[in-house]
Amino acid sequence: MIREFADADIVYLIEAARWTLLLALTATVGGGLLGIVVAVLRVIPFRPLNWLAIAWINLIQGTPLLGQLFVFFFGLPLVGLSVDAWTAAALSLSIYASAFFGEIWRGSLQSVSQRQWEAGAALGLTYAQRLGHVVLPQAIRISIAPTVGFLVQLVKNTSLTALIGFVELTRASQIISGATFAPLPVYLTAAVIYFIICFSLSQLAHMLERRLHVAR
Amino acid sequence: MSLVELADIRKRFGAVEVLKGISLTLEKGEIVAVIGRSGSGKSTMLRCINGLEKVQAGRIVVDGIDVTAPKADLNLLRQRAGMVFQSYNLFPHLNVERNVMLALKLVRKLDTSAAREVARAVVTKVGLADKLHAYPDELSGGQQQRVAIARSLAMQPTLMLFDEITSALDPELVGEVLRVLEGVASEGMTMMLVTHEMNFAKNVADRVIFMHEGRIHEDGPARETLLEPRTAELRSFLNAVLH
Amino acid sequence: MSYNFKFDVLLRYVPEILQGVFLTLQFSVITMLCGLAIGLIVAMASISPLMPLRACARIYVEALRNTPLLVQLFIVFFGLPSIGIRLGANTAALIALSINMGAYGAEILRAGFESVRQSQIEAGRSLGLTAGQTFRHVVLFQAVKTIYPALASQFVLIMLTTSVVSSIGATELFHQAAFIDSRTYRSFETYTLITISYLVLTLAFRAFFAGVYWVVFVRRPRR
Repeated sequence: MIREFADADIVYLIEAARWTLLLALTATVGGGLLGIVVAVLRVIPFRPLNWLAIAWINLIQGTPLLGQLFVFFFGLPLVGLSVDAWTAAALSLSIYASAFFGEIWRGSLQSVSQRQWEAGAALGLTYAQRLGHVVLPQAIRISIAPTVGFLVQLVKNTSLTALIGFVELTRASQIISGATFAPLPVYLTAAVIYFIICFSLSQLAHMLERRLHVAR
Repeated sequence: MSLVELADIRKRFGAVEVLKGISLTLEKGEIVAVIGRSGSGKSTMLRCINGLEKVQAGRIVVDGIDVTAPKADLNLLRQRAGMVFQSYNLFPHLNVERNVMLALKLVRKLDTSAAREVARAVVTKVGLADKLHAYPDELSGGQQQRVAIARSLAMQPTLMLFDEITSALDPELVGEVLRVLEGVASEGMTMMLVTHEMNFAKNVADRVIFMHEGRIHEDGPARETLLEPRTAELRSFLNAVLH
Repeated sequence: MSYNFKFDVLLRYVPEILQGVFLTLQFSVITMLCGLAIGLIVAMASISPLMPLRACARIYVEALRNTPLLVQLFIVFFGLPSIGIRLGANTAALIALSINMGAYGAEILRAGFESVRQSQIEAGRSLGLTAGQTFRHVVLFQAVKTIYPALASQFVLIMLTTSVVSSIGATELFHQAAFIDSRTYRSFETYTLITISYLVLTLAFRAFFAGVYWVVFVRRPRR
């Protein structure tokens, strides 16, 4: 049963990392779409919807992601949905990401100064034209670096899905560690793989930040 | 012995030499205005006298303290030589009274009540007795600068250095600060001011030093130097600032 | 399909939950303090004039910020015994959390010190204050005021993050959920209740920190 930690295990870990990436990607897309809704609800001039968005953000950012994962994992079957770990993981990470994306994008929107709206109005642009041609292009530029920065958090946080049994990089490490009894090299290898992914993203965020600031 | 002696000081930032051999002496009670274009080295010279910048060569002695000595007692120097900055640099977390009291308590080791007494006296002197408990961001630029002067005066320095202290102010606030300066001057304080206020230099200073490209280009009695510049450089500088 | 939600059976576990809250707070406070101590050392190294020190600080911060806490935790708890370092679950949890917080603490502290303008230091020095006095009376307060919001949200973040250490059997609030679950078989209700408990803690601490900020930094003593 017990065997050495071998090259094949490293390959297995790298393959498992694809699930980490796929999960992060799914949460980025799902959380991104939902995040747009959150950001819009947060800024439109209608108080009750603002409060709804704020409550949503506080609920997600005020509770541990691990708790959210377990609530979905045990809660989905109760409403008749399939029980598999992937669904619970993808859904709760998307919801988790939506709160953070929503906040980042709201901040970016609001950091475009009121004067830009006024300047657009002074030129006779409609509301939609002002939003689409003046404010959004600036807001998107501001938001890119923090958005990529959050992706680092998201990739790291996919590791928690190991605890509800989803086999991504961390869970795969646990499995191999159990089979080889070589926890130190196994977890260090996993750490290196995470590092390569996250560090590349961090560097990308730094680079974008620098480039976009210079372009101003 | 003179109160301040600079002997052939040189100062470079990286490859740029900003002071190319400055020598001058300052007698007790003298009021010297230092003028010149930006980048001529005048602020740097002031900062060297206070030990905020280290020189690469030359010797600076202030009130018997060798500033350029490796083991110079810079804290003692700075008690003797007060400095006021262009950007006021009041401590934002302390109200006016406490801004003045801080160094009195920490450096001159006065107890709280003695420090408060000194603080009230100097703040009254600069005309801000009603602002003792205001915080810096509640004051106008001119008022903040007057507090900064009071904070320096409270330490009872033998020499005061002023680094373009009216340059950051709105034009209508310059007057109140200059009036405080005149008050300080009339009490016999030794002063060295880097300034762009030519009228003030002409009327209040005893002596004017014109710096140009890291050197002292002209040095003479204030009125005479400003009214009858000897060099073309000073003439063109005065033309530029007066018109 | 109808499911009968039963939260009332959980009521008798209120003492366990409160105990969990207490343990979680204990973990959070110790992590915060140790993490800041480590962070201070790393922050000073990162602004040191010595290249090797700066490099070490950079490697530390990047390595810890670009890998998941859970993996760091597994390395400390499961990995270290193979080189002869055997730690209890709670000790391993505290060590991993502190080392992790150290990387974030370093960045927060460095930003704080860099936020105080050079001119403020010059103003202090030109009044004859020593470097130490300038740091203590001029820089520190302003730096703390700047980083306070980041520190406060970091504390809440730590509180939420400590839930992860239940995975190695460290005893805190989330660990109590597994215990209650094993007794009641009410997994959904149990985890919902525990998750909501964290929300209560978060909101309470945010209010507390906001209050402290007002008293210390906003309210201005007029004397």
